[in-house]
Amino acid sequence: MSFGLSLWLSFFAVAVLVLVALFGVEAAHLNYLFGVIIPYAAFAIFIVGIIYRFLKWAARPVPFRIPTTAGQGKSLPWIKQNKIDNPSTALGAFVRMIFEVLLFRSLFRNTRTELRGPILSYASAKWLWIAALAFHYSFLIILIRHLRLFIEPVPFLVKTVEKLDSFFQIHLLGAPLLYITNVALLAAVTYLLLRRVVIPTLRYISLPADYFPLFLILSIGITGALMRYFYKVNVVGIKELAMGLINFSPKIPEGIGVLFYIHLFLVSTLFAYFPFSKLTHMVGVFLSPTRNLANNNRAVRHVNPWNYPVKVHTYEEYEDEFREFMKDAGIPVEKE
Amino acid sequence: MYDGWKIIIGIIIFLGIATFPILYDLGKAAPPPPEPKIDTPEIKKMVEKKCVEPKSLMKIEHMVMLKDWRDWYVREGRSIYIAADGKQYNISLSNTCMKCHSNKKDFCDKCHNYAAVVPYCWDCHIEPKEEGQL
Ligand code: HEC
Ligand code: HEC
Ligand code: HEC
Ligand code: HEM
Repeated sequence: MSFGLSLWLSFFAVAVLVLVALFGVEAAHLNYLFGVIIPYAAFAIFIVGIIYRFLKWAARPVPFRIPTTAGQGKSLPWIKQNKIDNPSTALGAFVRMIFEVLLFRSLFRNTRTELRGPILSYASAKWLWIAALAFHYSFLIILIRHLRLFIEPVPFLVKTVEKLDSFFQIHLLGAPLLYITNVALLAAVTYLLLRRVVIPTLRYISLPADYFPLFLILSIGITGALMRYFYKVNVVGIKELAMGLINFSPKIPEGIGVLFYIHLFLVSTLFAYFPFSKLTHMVGVFLSPTRNLANNNRAVRHVNPWNYPVKVHTYEEYEDEFREFMKDAGIPVEKE
Repeated sequence: MYDGWKIIIGIIIFLGIATFPILYDLGKAAPPPPEPKIDTPEIKKMVEKKCVEPKSLMKIEHMVMLKDWRDWYVREGRSIYIAADGKQYNISLSNTCMKCHSNKKDFCDKCHNYAAVVPYCWDCHIEPKEEGQL
């Protein structure tokens, strides 16, 4: 698909979602559909979809160890092994996974290839790593902060996160405190989107499957920010709705504000879309065989699980069978 | 090698995190939505029990209004607010809002605890004295 088509298709898909929620609630008054039924359905699809993915991956046999070896492997005792980048034990692989999942270590090694005059050079390229880290952690903190709408009593940890996140005070907008992660999320997603629009090589390999989630998350962040800083919604009513959903006694309080339904519909779309898109890397990263396996191919015997049982005839058995004939023919034998 | 047990553990952890709010609230009834009390002496005296602006607006936008009040007072030196219905109010958090809503604990805090917001205004502004408070 061409770049322009991919980009605009994704953009309009998200725009249509916004309009569907807008008219669905504002004109058709389908509050129950958008406030209860769709969120439940989306959450169910999310859970079942992720487990389905999990099981599908789990059913793939791992015949052999294929870790990327990014350091000295285990060798002779006086050669220093890089225990994390080339782990030979389960513990090493575990530590490696922690670095990968929490700090995106392999992305940190990302390089940029460029021609400097006649010389081909590889320069460090950390912006992607920084933006990815900012994006994922902002997202996580926003989700943790959102717990205040879903649980009662709100635990100390959630309040602390909220307090730290709202360090900055603002004057011009509709809330006295600014969430740092709100700004960071929008900035990071914008960067990740522009990256795929501006850099020609990336534009070439980008598809709607790349642009759509970015537009979707961007619009979730924007509708959230609009609710907080510009067009106030009834947060007490929203908590009532959210607690109703969580306790399986859904009800729709009056006068919440259509912006919230748009936010919720976009979030529902994200959840339902999650298991069937590249976003499943949230789960998939834990199953990446190039990261989560110890490099012990030569130390441990790995049997390929799809091998049919091979009938083997070992040398000992062979000798037992033919010992007498071998002796007669003057061939040396191991056991007399 | 399939490592089935690792997958099972992974699925259990995933389910635990994804359904955390449901598990957390399990067995507890949904807390009733807050009902801010307006039975203060000052409000009881009123013939027509009305806030500065209509209730539907106050409920959702009172923080925006307070922010405007603060800016008008501190930055522009305005001290009178003219409401939509033409009534005039002195711009003051402690002396206007809290004069009528002198029951902060049963009013402001009811909602704020429910929504887990802690306005920092009271770091400096004086809270109305209530029973059980020093
Ligand atoms: C003259 C007395 C008076 C003043 C001054 C006043 N209020 Fe009110 N307020 C009321 C009354 C009475 C109600 C109940 C209105 C109703 O039920 O229609 C109310 C309602 C409210 C509500 C909605 C409560 C609910 O149940 O949803 C909020 C929020 C509120 N006031 C905040 C404020 C703030 C903030 C200020 C200062 C800017 C303020 N009030 C100043 C009398 C007052
Ligand atoms: C109807 C419930 C309700 C009542 C009554 C109420 N508030 Fe609020 N207030 C809220 C909610 C909900 C928020 C948070 C909105 C959000 O998260 O965007 C809030 C936020 C605020 C904020 C902004 C704080 C922040 O950190 O975002 C201030 C200031 C504030 N309220 C002052 C008051 C005062 C003063 C009173 C009492 C006179 C009062 N409120 C009564 C529901 C209420
Ligand atoms: C750092 C201390 C401080 C904090 C925190 C603070 N204020 Fe103030 N506020 C002041 C001072 C000082 C004045 C000026 C008082 C004067 O000149 O009489 C003032 C004045 C005001 C006024 C007008 C005058 C009056 O009597 O109320 C309003 C309204 C106001 N603040 C609202 C708020 C709100 C709402 C918050 C919370 C979001 C807040 N303030 C947080 C220090 C603070
Ligand atoms: C993937 C999930 C979600 C993401 C990424 C997300 C993102 C955001 C962002 C960035 C904001 C701006 C303010 C802030 O940073 O807190 C916000 C606000 C908000 N979101 Fe979400 N959201 C999600 C899910 C939900 C759900 C499921 C609900 C409701 C049940 C919800 C309700 C709200 C409300 C009410 C606000 C306004 C809060 C306020 O005014 O203080 N969000 N959201």
